[in-house]
Amino acid sequence: MTADLLAPVHLLDAWRARFEDLTVELAGRHDLAITLAPSTAALAVRVAPGAAAVAEVALGVPLPTRPLAWEPTLRGQSLHLGPDEWLVTDVAATSAAAWEAVTRPALAAVGAAASDVSAQYADLRLQGRAARELLSFGCALDLRPASFGPRTCARTLLGQSGVLLVGHDDGEFQLLVRTSFAGYVAAWLLDAAEEYR
Amino acid sequence: MQLIPCPWCGPREQTEFHYGGQADVAYPDDPAALTDEQWAHFVFFRDNPKGPFAERWFHSAGCRTWFRAVRDTRTYAFLPGSSA
Amino acid sequence: MTRLDGHGRIDRSRTLRFVVDDVAYTGHPGDTLASALLAHGVHRLGTSVKLGRPRGIGAAWVEDPTGLVQIEEPFPEPMLLAATVELTDGLVARGVGGRGRLAQVPDTARHDRQHHHCDVLVVGAGPAGLAAARQAARAGEDVVLVDDRSEAGGTLTGTETIDGRGSRDWAADVVAELAASGTVLHLQRTTAFGHHDDGYVLALERRTSGASRQRVHRIRAARVVVATGAIERPIVFEDNDRPGVMLASAARDLLHRQGVRAGSEVVVFTSDDAAYATAADLHDAGARVTVVDVRPTPPAAGPCLERDIVVHGNAVVTGAEGEDHVTGAVLGDGRTLPCDLLLVSGGWNPTAHLFSHVRGALRYDPELGAFRPGEELPGTRVVGAANGVLDLAGGLRDAVGDAAPAVVEQPRTPTTVLWRVPGDPARQFVDLARDATVRDIERAVGAGMTSVEHVKRYTTIGTAHDQGRTSGVIASGITAELLGRPIEDLGTTTFRPPYVPVAFAALAGRERGDLYDPVRTTVLHDRHVAAGAVFEDVGQWKRARHYPRAGEDMAAAVLRECAAARTGVAIMDGSTLGKIDVQGADAGVLLDRLYTNLMSSLKVGRVRYGVMCGNDGMMIDDGTVLRLADDRFLVTTTTGNAAVVLEWMEEWLQTEWPDLAVHVTSVTDQWAVLPVVGPRSRDVIGAVFGDVDVSNDAFGFMTWQDTVLDGVPVRLARISFSGELAYEVHVDARYAPALWDRLLEAGRPFDITPYGTETMHVLRAEKGYPIVGQDTDGTVTPQDLGMSWVISKKKTDFVGKRSFARAENLNPQRKELVSLLPTDAATTLPEGSQIVEFRADGALPPPPVPMLGHVTSSYRSAALGRPFALALLKAGRSRVGEVVHVPVGDRLVAAEIAPTVLVDPEGARRDG
Repeated sequence: MTADLLAPVHLLDAWRARFEDLTVELAGRHDLAITLAPSTAALAVRVAPGAAAVAEVALGVPLPTRPLAWEPTLRGQSLHLGPDEWLVTDVAATSAAAWEAVTRPALAAVGAAASDVSAQYADLRLQGRAARELLSFGCALDLRPASFGPRTCARTLLGQSGVLLVGHDDGEFQLLVRTSFAGYVAAWLLDAAEEYR
Repeated sequence: MQLIPCPWCGPREQTEFHYGGQADVAYPDDPAALTDEQWAHFVFFRDNPKGPFAERWFHSAGCRTWFRAVRDTRTYAFLPGSSA
Repeated sequence: MTRLDGHGRIDRSRTLRFVVDDVAYTGHPGDTLASALLAHGVHRLGTSVKLGRPRGIGAAWVEDPTGLVQIEEPFPEPMLLAATVELTDGLVARGVGGRGRLAQVPDTARHDRQHHHCDVLVVGAGPAGLAAARQAARAGEDVVLVDDRSEAGGTLTGTETIDGRGSRDWAADVVAELAASGTVLHLQRTTAFGHHDDGYVLALERRTSGASRQRVHRIRAARVVVATGAIERPIVFEDNDRPGVMLASAARDLLHRQGVRAGSEVVVFTSDDAAYATAADLHDAGARVTVVDVRPTPPAAGPCLERDIVVHGNAVVTGAEGEDHVTGAVLGDGRTLPCDLLLVSGGWNPTAHLFSHVRGALRYDPELGAFRPGEELPGTRVVGAANGVLDLAGGLRDAVGDAAPAVVEQPRTPTTVLWRVPGDPARQFVDLARDATVRDIERAVGAGMTSVEHVKRYTTIGTAHDQGRTSGVIASGITAELLGRPIEDLGTTTFRPPYVPVAFAALAGRERGDLYDPVRTTVLHDRHVAAGAVFEDVGQWKRARHYPRAGEDMAAAVLRECAAARTGVAIMDGSTLGKIDVQGADAGVLLDRLYTNLMSSLKVGRVRYGVMCGNDGMMIDDGTVLRLADDRFLVTTTTGNAAVVLEWMEEWLQTEWPDLAVHVTSVTDQWAVLPVVGPRSRDVIGAVFGDVDVSNDAFGFMTWQDTVLDGVPVRLARISFSGELAYEVHVDARYAPALWDRLLEAGRPFDITPYGTETMHVLRAEKGYPIVGQDTDGTVTPQDLGMSWVISKKKTDFVGKRSFARAENLNPQRKELVSLLPTDAATTLPEGSQIVEFRADGALPPPPVPMLGHVTSSYRSAALGRPFALALLKAGRSRVGEVVHVPVGDRLVAAEIAPTVLVDPEGARRDG
C-alpha cells in the first residue's frame, strides 16, 4: 500500500475559485472581495466565572473581559464569545491536538477547559466598501462602525446559519462558520453578491 | 421582529432565542418524597398569567446564556432591567 | 386623448407601448397604468366581484377600491391596482372580475431583503416628512426616509409656495440636501407596510435597478416619524360605483403628475375645501366644471367665482347616471347635470396605519369626520396630515415646530361630515371592492351586530386589497347612524399589517431553492457525490442514504450493503453524530444526573451506551459516552438532537446546577466519524493502523484507543450499531477525506462497501435498536422500549427517575416496542400503519376500531430473507407469538408479534 501521507483539506476548497472569479469580475466596479483564510489551530476555552485572570496565565494568551470583544494575540486571536467562553486561535501551532494536550491540565487546575476545535470552523474574509452592505442582506445586527467596529465579535445569524462575525480594521469582516454550514454560507454569500454582478 | 434583551449581548432579534418556559420552577429537593400529584405539578403545571411573567430564555444563536426575564404577556414587552 | 401639454412631470420624449384588454395603447415614463389609460379616456376595468357591475379607476393610488388588473406581461401577477403599476414598455394587462388568478409558471424574478439601523425612520416624503428628515439630518442623525411614490414631494403640485420657492423646487432642494448629508438613506418606490415591536418597520421597495425586482427593507429605528398623509373619503350615493366616479384628489393628482385630465364635463361633489383646488385646476386645464357643495355657503368658492365655475351650495348629488360610464349626476332637487367625470370629496382620513400597527389608539375627531392618533406612543410620532393636520403650514409645523418653513395659504374651513345622502340603500355602495352596500350594513345591524368589527366580518367591508381605506370610516359612520349611537363610541376597525398587499415571493426573498433551508454537509460530502450516493435529508443534513450501483434500485442497493456489513466489511460516514466534549471535575456528576444509567463509574478507555429522559420520564436521546480522562467525557448524540441535547445540558448547568464544575462544548464539526462494520472490519482496521493490536483481547468491545497515523491523531472505538464486529474511526475532520480513501483502499481485498443511512437503519432494526424520533415520539419511556437494563437502580435520582414510578408509566397496557413479522413473509408494512386485533374473517369491523399501536420502522432484511417491522404495541411484550392485523390499503395483513432482536440474539457476532 503506497498511499500518500494523510493530507488535510480546506473545507471550502471547492469554493475558492468561485470567490476568486467574483473578485475579478467586480474589480473596478464594486469594492468587494471574499477570500478564504487558511485553517488555523483553535481552542474553545471555557472558564468558570471569575477565573479569567488565572486562566489567562495558564493559557499564555490574553482573555478579553469585555463582552463581544476580541484581541489579536502574538500568533492569532482571542475572541470573547460568551460569559464563560473564548475562542483562541494560533496560526503557528502545528498540532492543535498537542496544544490542547499541554493546555488542558493547566486550565483544568483553575476549573477551566479547552477543546480542540481547529476543524470546526471555516474562516472567510469580506473586504471592501461593499462588505458591510453584503452582510446587511442577511444579518440583523447593527453593523454601523459605531456599533460594530474593529475588535468586536458576535455570534449571530447570517441568512439562516449561525456565524461568528468578527470586525477588523478598514471595514473588513471575518466570518467563522461551522464547517457543516460553510457550504450554505458560501453559497449564500455568492448569491448575495449577485447584486453587484 | 421583537428584540429580546440578552443580559450579556444586549438586545437581539427574537429568532436568536429559544423559549424556556416559566422561570423559578425549582427542581424538587427530593423527588422520591413527592406524591404523584405533587410531582405532576412540578413536571406539567405552569402559570399562565395575564401580565408580568418571569420566564427563562436562551440566547441560542448568540452567547448561549440561559437567563431569566420578566415579560408582560399582554404586550409581549420585556420589563426593563428584568433580564439576568 | 386627454393628455395635456404643459402639465405633468412625465417624460414625453419616450413612448411606452402597452396592451390592456387586447387593445394597444401608448404612454410615457412617469405614467401609471391608470394614468396612461385615462390619458386615452379609458376608465373601465373589469367587473365587480359579486354583482358583475362595471368597475373603473376610482383613485390614483393605493386607496383605489376598484381599478384592478391582472398583469400578463412581463410576468403574470394577480390583482394589482392599475393606479399603482408603473408603466413599462410591453406591459400587458386585463381588467379582472373581482378576482385575479395565480401564475401557472414559476416566477424567476429575484427578491431580497436588507437590514438597516437608524436613529430616525421617516415614512413619507411629502412636505412634513421631508421637513422632518431634513431636521434630523441637520442634527447629525442617521436617517432612513422611505416613500411609496416614484418621486418625493407627496401631494405638492408646484402651485404652493414654501420658503419663497415653488413647492416642488423646495422639495428638490431638500432631497438634494439629504443626499449630500451622507447620513440619510432615501428610498422612493418604497412602501412601509408593517410597523412592529421595538421600532421595526418593514418596507417594500419596487426596484428599478440592481439584481432584485423587489426588496424588503427591515428597518430598526430608534424613532419612527409617520408622515404618510391622508386619503380622501367619498360620500355614498346611488350608483356611486360607476366608472367615471372618482376621488376629487385623484383627478388633481393625475393632472399634475401625468398631465392627464380624467374628464371634460366634470361635476365635483364635495363637503370639503380641497376639492375647489381640483375644480379650479381642471377648469384651467380646459374642462367644464360644476361644483355641488353640501355646505350652505361654500366657503372656498372664491377661485370658482373668478373662473365662472358654477357652484351649487346646500346641494347634494344623490345618484349617478350611466352604466359603463357615468353620464350625469343626479342632484337632490331632481335635476341632472350631464358629466363624464363625477368627482367626490367628503373630507380626509389620516393614514395612521403605521401608528395602529403598534397598538396606537385612534380617536374620532368630529371636525375631521375621521379617526386620528389619539395618544402619545414612545418612539413613534405621527405628523402632518397623517396626524389630522390637513393644511400645509400646520402640517410642517406639526413635523418640525418652529423650524417649519414659511407658507402662505388660505385658511381651511371645517369639513361638513356626511357619510351618505338619501337614497336606495341597496344601490349605495360603501365598499366597492366587495360590492357591499348600505343595505348590507342595515342587514348586519338588523341581525344584531353592534360592533364595527362584527359588521366588518358580516359585510366583508374593509377586507379587500385596499383594507377599506375609503370605506372603513364611512361604514363606522353609517353603522353609528343606524344604531343611533355616536361614532366615537363605535370606533373603527383595526389596521393590521401589511398596509398594501405584498407578494409572498418578496417575503420569502432569497430563501428559496438552494437557500430555502441551510444544507449541512460533512467534510466527506464530495466523496459521497462522486460515489453516486443518493442523499436523504436528516434534519438539515444531507446524508448518503444508499450507494446504488448501475441498475440497482434502493431495495437492491440496501440488500447488497446489508449483506456486506453482515458477511464482509462496510463503511459509512457517521460524522453527523452530535458530539459534546464534557470537561471538569464534576463531569461524571453531570452525566449521572442526566443519563438514566451510571456514567461516573465508567473507566477511562471505555465506552458506555446511555439514555436521557426528560422530567416526564420520556426518552429524549441516546448515544454512546467515551470516558477520555478522569475529568473528561465525549458524549455522542443522535444526528437530529445534537443541538437539543447541548441546550439541555447548558440549561441544567446554568439554571439548576451552577455549582457543578463542568463545561460542555460542541465538537460535532470537529470530528469525522467513520464506522467500519462487519466480520472483516478487524482486517481493515489492522491493515491501516499497523501499530494497534486489534485482537479482541487487546481491544475489547466498548473500549477505545488513541493512535497516530502519519502524524495525525486518530481515535478508534469498538462501538457497534449493527451487532457486527465494528470500529468507529474518529479523526480531525480535515483529515477525514484522506483517511476515508485509505480505509477504502485497505478494504478493497475484502470488497469494502460504502453504506448509507437506509442500510444503517435496517441493520440496527434487525437488532432491535430503536432510533429516537423514529421509534419514539416523546411519549415513550426506556421501559417501553424494553430497555429497563439502562436504568440505574443505584442512583438516588436522575432526570426522569421519579416519573418512572407514576401510575401511568406502570400501566401494563402501555405500548411496547416489539417486532412484527408479516406472516406472508412478503409484505413490507408501511411505516405509520395502525395495528388492530386479528380478524378471523379478514375484514375490518365498522368503526370505531380499537387501535393497538403502530408500525414505527419497516424494512426488508437480507439476513432474514424477509420483511420485518418494529412497532409500538399495547402490552406488546406479553403478546409475543400472537398474530395481529395491519390494514394496508384495502386489505388486512397478518403479522406475528416477535421479540425485537431478530438477528444474532445471543450477541455472538460483535466480537468477530
